[in-house]
Amino acid sequence: MSEDVTAADQPEVPAEGGIVAEVARMSPAELAAHEAEVAEAVAPDREIEVAVGDTLLAMQDVTLQFGGLVALDSVNFEIRRGEILGLIGPNGAGKTTCFNVMTGVYRPTSGQVVLEDRPLGKRKRHEITQLGIARTFQNIRLFGEMTTLENVVVGADARHKTSVLGALARVPRHHREEREAVERGMALLEFVGIADRAADKAKNLPYGYQRRLEIARALATEPKLLCLDEPAAGFNPAEKEELMGLIRKIRGDGYTVLLIEHDMRLVMGVTDRIVVLEFGKKIAEGVPAEIRDNPAVIAAYLGVPDDGAA
Amino acid sequence: MNAHHTASPPAKVSGMQTMRDKWNSLSRVQQWAVLIPLVVLIYLLPVLNPPLLTTEPNYNFPIAMFDVARYALIAIGLNVVVGQAGLLDLGYVGFFAVGAYVAALFTSPDSMLHKLPYLAVLPLAVVVTMFFGVILGAPTLRLRGDYLAIVTLGFGEMVRLLADQVPALRGNSGFQTVGHPPGTRADGTALFNQTDGKPWYWLAVTLVIGVLLLVGNLERSRVGRAWVAIREDEAVAEIMGVPTFKYKIWAFVIGAAIGGLSGALYAGQIGFVNNQKFDVTTSVLFLAAVVLGGSGNKVGVMLGAFVIAYLPLRFSGIAEYKYLIFGLALIVLMLFRPQGLLGARQRLLAKGREAYQRLLGRPEQISSDSSLVAEPGKEAGA
Repeated sequence: MSEDVTAADQPEVPAEGGIVAEVARMSPAELAAHEAEVAEAVAPDREIEVAVGDTLLAMQDVTLQFGGLVALDSVNFEIRRGEILGLIGPNGAGKTTCFNVMTGVYRPTSGQVVLEDRPLGKRKRHEITQLGIARTFQNIRLFGEMTTLENVVVGADARHKTSVLGALARVPRHHREEREAVERGMALLEFVGIADRAADKAKNLPYGYQRRLEIARALATEPKLLCLDEPAAGFNPAEKEELMGLIRKIRGDGYTVLLIEHDMRLVMGVTDRIVVLEFGKKIAEGVPAEIRDNPAVIAAYLGVPDDGAA
Repeated sequence: MNAHHTASPPAKVSGMQTMRDKWNSLSRVQQWAVLIPLVVLIYLLPVLNPPLLTTEPNYNFPIAMFDVARYALIAIGLNVVVGQAGLLDLGYVGFFAVGAYVAALFTSPDSMLHKLPYLAVLPLAVVVTMFFGVILGAPTLRLRGDYLAIVTLGFGEMVRLLADQVPALRGNSGFQTVGHPPGTRADGTALFNQTDGKPWYWLAVTLVIGVLLLVGNLERSRVGRAWVAIREDEAVAEIMGVPTFKYKIWAFVIGAAIGGLSGALYAGQIGFVNNQKFDVTTSVLFLAAVVLGGSGNKVGVMLGAFVIAYLPLRFSGIAEYKYLIFGLALIVLMLFRPQGLLGARQRLLAKGREAYQRLLGRPEQISSDSSLVAEPGKEAGA
């Protein structure tokens, strides 16, 4: 539908590295027009819905207590399909706890998390992954002894149907899934730009590659919602710029992204909407410009008003 | 594509690593061309009875080789649990004992149940030990690390004490004349008897090869990946969609099945089962074979089994000090080579290798790609 955009500069493979920079230059409108092309490479079977639309996930009055400590206090917000939602707040505000509740690591003390009108309830973590929520980790947690490609394929296994006995007997389905997983895994590694290290152990990758591998592994589970927990931690400005391009590219592929990030420039630059937490409570929600000027946010998080954008 | 091997960084290359790389770069046919003569040689070992390798006159060489093969089988099974899935099992001898007792109960005339031919008992032993694997695994696999080790230790002891206390299991007096596979020689004696180890050795090696192929199938599938993911980081594996409990149970059950198989094999060869052979020390010896050889590496654990089973028989002078020597060897090994003699493999998935080489075969794309993204990696790493 938007071949004119890509075909001009990128005749060969949509998922090529140069596109990171190109995408970074695009406006959101151009991006929306451009998404389907790239999506084909990484998520051929997905139903693509990039329009910022209906509710994908809703936090409904979620409260989480550890003994006397209230980590989340009646948190309400929604993530809409196809958007990039920023989740910000000072240290200890409950951002990562939010992730942990969404991915089933913690169960809310009260309230519920609803994905596509279905409450997550008491589902196990791997079932929640299969429902379509994937995440990365603030402190990188890869399978260090596995190769880069294997890490991604573990993610892809979440969608595989081969049984243990099927694997033992090497049934045709096993062969088909292995082949597809490897192809898709390589495509994902190219997509995030680390395919040249596919055969290395994950623990031997440079830091920036490890962060990207975390994203590729999460994408491999074919999530509806991708949760990125401080993906830019430890990055220099140039790398942050590239990461912004990558996040936009991911959204362009039809994924919905929830982003925890401390870097204000990155958050303001890439998100559609922002939710602000402080001490486990939501104190603000809105588009970046509103959040930037919101007195409560400035007081809680940004300190001096003049530094809002820095 | 060779020109572009420079794209992958030169890792620390050890001798073992280069050998493995060479092996992996061979085609399937070439690998078989090496493997088949090797396998034939292994089968012929007790017949050849090579002068330096032989354990005679102190110990019958074919029986010694059978013991080695039996240990190899055990090590492969325990490696699934400990090496692949990373579940420390100190009671593996329990499964071995269950297998041996199943064989004894159903074939020894001392038992009321001796109705079955020996060859039917082998699969039965596998099924029964798998059942025990579920029984032990279901309640305990929610535990991790040290706690799991202690519970499995208890399981091993429970099996031994049951053999002591339950009258039907005949405690110390045990079961005589456990069955053996059919077949007679020209002189009318049984093909499989207690004095000639060769047929038993061949049976054991055949089982080892079969089990190796099946376990290899699992390792090179989503099951093996799930096990390694669990070993690496169980919480993350679960969040990445791995049903960890299910795969841990499977690791336990498959390990148990192989342990039971080797137990039944052992009972048949030795012809006698009582409660004296299944103590904690034996469990630790099994574990030592795995750790010594290289936890997570099938060839490595077989090497470890060889060391553990063969050396005391070959050098009978050291036999009574074997625990001392193995203990020292393990300490030295953990200091200088904690991954074991042959460490766990680092290899790309079979199909991934092809995909990766296809990628390297396209210089114009990969070079532009990597030159763009290599920078941030380097900077961040620095």
